[in-house]
Amino acid sequence: MKAAIVVFPGSNRERDAVAALEAVSGTKPHLVWHRDTELPKVDLIVVPGGFSYGDYLRSGAMAAHSPIMREVKARADQGVRVLGICNGFQIITEAGLLPGALMRNGGLKFICRVQHLRVENTDSPFTAKYAKGQVVRYPIAHGDGNYWTDAEMVKRLDGEGQVAFRYIADETRADPRGNPNGSVTDIAGIFNAKRTVLGLMPHPEDAVEALHGNTDGKPMFEGLVEALS
Amino acid sequence: MSAEATKAQERPVTVELAKEFGLSAEEYQNALDILGRTPTFTELGIISVMWSEHCSYKSSKVWLKTLPTTGPQVICGPGENAGVVDIGDGDAVIFKMESHNHPSYIEPFQGAATGVGGILRDVFTMGARPIANMNALRFGSPDHSKTRHLVSGVVAGIAHYGNCVGVPTVGGETNFHPAFNGNILVNAMTVGVAKTDKIFYSAAAGIGNPVVYVGSKTGRDGIHGATMASAEFTEDSEEKRPTVQVGDPFTEKLLIEACLELMETDAIVAIQDMGAAGLTSSSVEMAGKGGLGIELTLDTLPMREQAMTPYEIMLSESQERMLIILKPGREEVAKAIFDKWELDFAVIGHLTDTGNLVIKMYGETWCDMPIAPVSNAAPEYNRPWEPTPKASDVDDSALAGYSGDLGDTLTKLFGCPDLASKRWIWEQYDSLVGGDTRFMSGQADAAVVRVPGQTKAVAITTDCTPRYCLADPVEGGRQAVAEAWRNLSAVGALPLAITDNMNFGNPEKPRIMGQFVGAVQGIGEACKALDFPVVSGNVSLYNETNGEAILPTPAIGGVGIMPDAMIAVGIAFKNEGDVILAVGETKGHIGQSIFLREILGREEGAPPPVDLAVERRNGDFVRGLIREGLVVSSHDVADGGLIVTIAEMALAGGVGAYLTAFDGAGPRVLFGEDQGRYVLAVRPDVAATVQEKAKAAGVPVSVLGETRGTALSGRGGDIVSLKRLRDANEGWLPTYMAAEL
Repeated sequence: MKAAIVVFPGSNRERDAVAALEAVSGTKPHLVWHRDTELPKVDLIVVPGGFSYGDYLRSGAMAAHSPIMREVKARADQGVRVLGICNGFQIITEAGLLPGALMRNGGLKFICRVQHLRVENTDSPFTAKYAKGQVVRYPIAHGDGNYWTDAEMVKRLDGEGQVAFRYIADETRADPRGNPNGSVTDIAGIFNAKRTVLGLMPHPEDAVEALHGNTDGKPMFEGLVEALS
Repeated sequence: MSAEATKAQERPVTVELAKEFGLSAEEYQNALDILGRTPTFTELGIISVMWSEHCSYKSSKVWLKTLPTTGPQVICGPGENAGVVDIGDGDAVIFKMESHNHPSYIEPFQGAATGVGGILRDVFTMGARPIANMNALRFGSPDHSKTRHLVSGVVAGIAHYGNCVGVPTVGGETNFHPAFNGNILVNAMTVGVAKTDKIFYSAAAGIGNPVVYVGSKTGRDGIHGATMASAEFTEDSEEKRPTVQVGDPFTEKLLIEACLELMETDAIVAIQDMGAAGLTSSSVEMAGKGGLGIELTLDTLPMREQAMTPYEIMLSESQERMLIILKPGREEVAKAIFDKWELDFAVIGHLTDTGNLVIKMYGETWCDMPIAPVSNAAPEYNRPWEPTPKASDVDDSALAGYSGDLGDTLTKLFGCPDLASKRWIWEQYDSLVGGDTRFMSGQADAAVVRVPGQTKAVAITTDCTPRYCLADPVEGGRQAVAEAWRNLSAVGALPLAITDNMNFGNPEKPRIMGQFVGAVQGIGEACKALDFPVVSGNVSLYNETNGEAILPTPAIGGVGIMPDAMIAVGIAFKNEGDVILAVGETKGHIGQSIFLREILGREEGAPPPVDLAVERRNGDFVRGLIREGLVVSSHDVADGGLIVTIAEMALAGGVGAYLTAFDGAGPRVLFGEDQGRYVLAVRPDVAATVQEKAKAAGVPVSVLGETRGTALSGRGGDIVSLKRLRDANEGWLPTYMAAEL
């Protein structure tokens, strides 16, 4: 699997994504600077976390209009897999690759913690290695993760199997807390209609090795490598 | 703007103006003598910030010189932007802690944010990629009307800056005490890593070499910030809000990447960030260290506001700016990098052989004065000081009133502001970005962060117990260093060196100066005994409002190293049936303990004495056990004593403890804060081995019980459930912060 990671001024989790992809695929991903207008031939494009352009406007709004994003959209239209994590989710949503919007967390504070999620759909290379309904733990670290779309769209997302992950409470844990940001129907991540694009707030790339305390994110990258190699 | 318009804004230079700028009459006279004439308005401004307490360390220098600063591991000690320590394999760790107390009280969000920005620049300016931030915060009483607002603003400011620049904030400490009602402490620490052959210093070299300005534009913010930080607060301190700078972490992130990219080339001769006193201190220090002169022409300097005067430009503390001396002919290489990162870049001058600082603008010269005499003549005071009278230990009559139920007492302690969970704070910090965080502090006695791309890891801790320092500054200084050393050892790291952030009141008062002198003495003794030298530091004096001083707070930032991040152990109990061991001797020292303060309402007595030889023996023993893989959980005994330590380990892991060593034990045994102690949990099959090793090493080790169930229990049944402790522990801060501001 060949992958490219798009780097904007203010991206800050691109190194985490590089490490995760390299560990699982054995190949170093290309880093593509935001001002570039061309992408190398790749099977996967990752838009990483961070604070693109400082996110002083709406999170992701500036980056969505940078030159490289035209090319990312064109590749997505061709079926190239796109993974937007955290700020990357905000950016690809602002760019129109996914429906809805990401608003300020309900509690108005940045939140960093390990969060329980339920895998809602496994019919994609991103989630094929999980079982439907499986509970996984990914770290979250965001201030604007409150996903919103109208009730009709939520219904459609559910009906079409476009909801990838939901936040859940897990009463068996010392820290049982659920939805951290007030997102509509606890949505943590969604697919596009073809399930070739995934955007999610939590960070699977920070849960891939023993040092991270859990490796629940690793199957996502393994699934991608298996499907795209 | 023109020369005429600038002159129209200037005021006549007199001794009165000098006093307004923070100089004493004697210092002003000294300036006249050095120059042999009256300084210009711009020169007076420059001299006043160079000679401010904040920049000149005039009250503290004579004592700081006594601290041990060398060792085989030290590559660069105090005097540069940050300390540099060898961690093997051609790698170095670069770190420093710095205060931003005065600005954070006046404007908590921006004050704290720019504190983080400033310390980050001190570290990456030397060539290091920052890998971790920590902070040590002291707030006033929770009952004080401003405390909630200050906690909220400071935490949000630190989060805003640290999260955006993408450096994980991996912990620190937060205390509350009424002595900080009028002066909070915000001490921020950054740790970075660099290659030992790629470390950058600030001494300028090469006559004619270009002086380059990069980063944000210069505005009128922070003018005389260093002067503000060198005086006591009064009622009208709120009016000093314009002296607080405004931070932009996005620009800082770009600046980090651009500077590190430039450092990959060979274009740089010297580099320094513009921190306190901005362009003045960076240009003067760089030229001064190189024994050269520097000539700046400010017309092309990137400015954010119109019609700025040379005085304003030289004293501005606008953030996210760096000064670089380039090798000749490398301007284009450097400019291309800063263009890529969309940062301002301007050649604003060159080095000269005159030894003078020359400032030109609008076709005229506004400053032309010799650097060395003015720098060297920066005042240095040996201020009068009084030793702090020794307190005697409290006797048992102080404890006579206590007949509390142990479960109730523990619940109360776990819900008190100093021991309550600070989750509300640290969940606002991105502690994981980078993917190298093994432990943040709270999960372990020290934060553990892997060196990027490698197996080895650095351990980081910040420590100080201000109530000990007030009661006995010498013992408090020793204890702060010993606790940092102990916390590093408790995770399995080899302690390497410290940075010290000395926060005290007004040094012109002999009592306060005596606290400072005592703390320095104690720190020095502990550093020597533990081979734990001071490699960087910062002094913040005049932390007083209306004559009320803070508790003396020499905050210590300690750094250690371990060959593999995965050998580190945390505090959490992990299994049922592990044997719980106490390492070190429990004598029952109860003076200045949290128990005495929170349960009996008495802040009194002498702090627990630190036996540095015992400290070292016990720490080496614990570290050795961890390195051999014999330890499951490890926690040093600090605030609250032995029983609180065990309860913290139980809460962290959700596994209780059945205790057999405390039948009939009184408060001295349970809550005494004797130093040099650890609680370990080990698998039952190695417990005997550990005890034999202890005997051989001459270390007292005793069995306290075993991990079991979901409560703390003993032969008499349950003492307290973990659920009850957790509710008290997790509940206090969120409940407190949820109340209306």
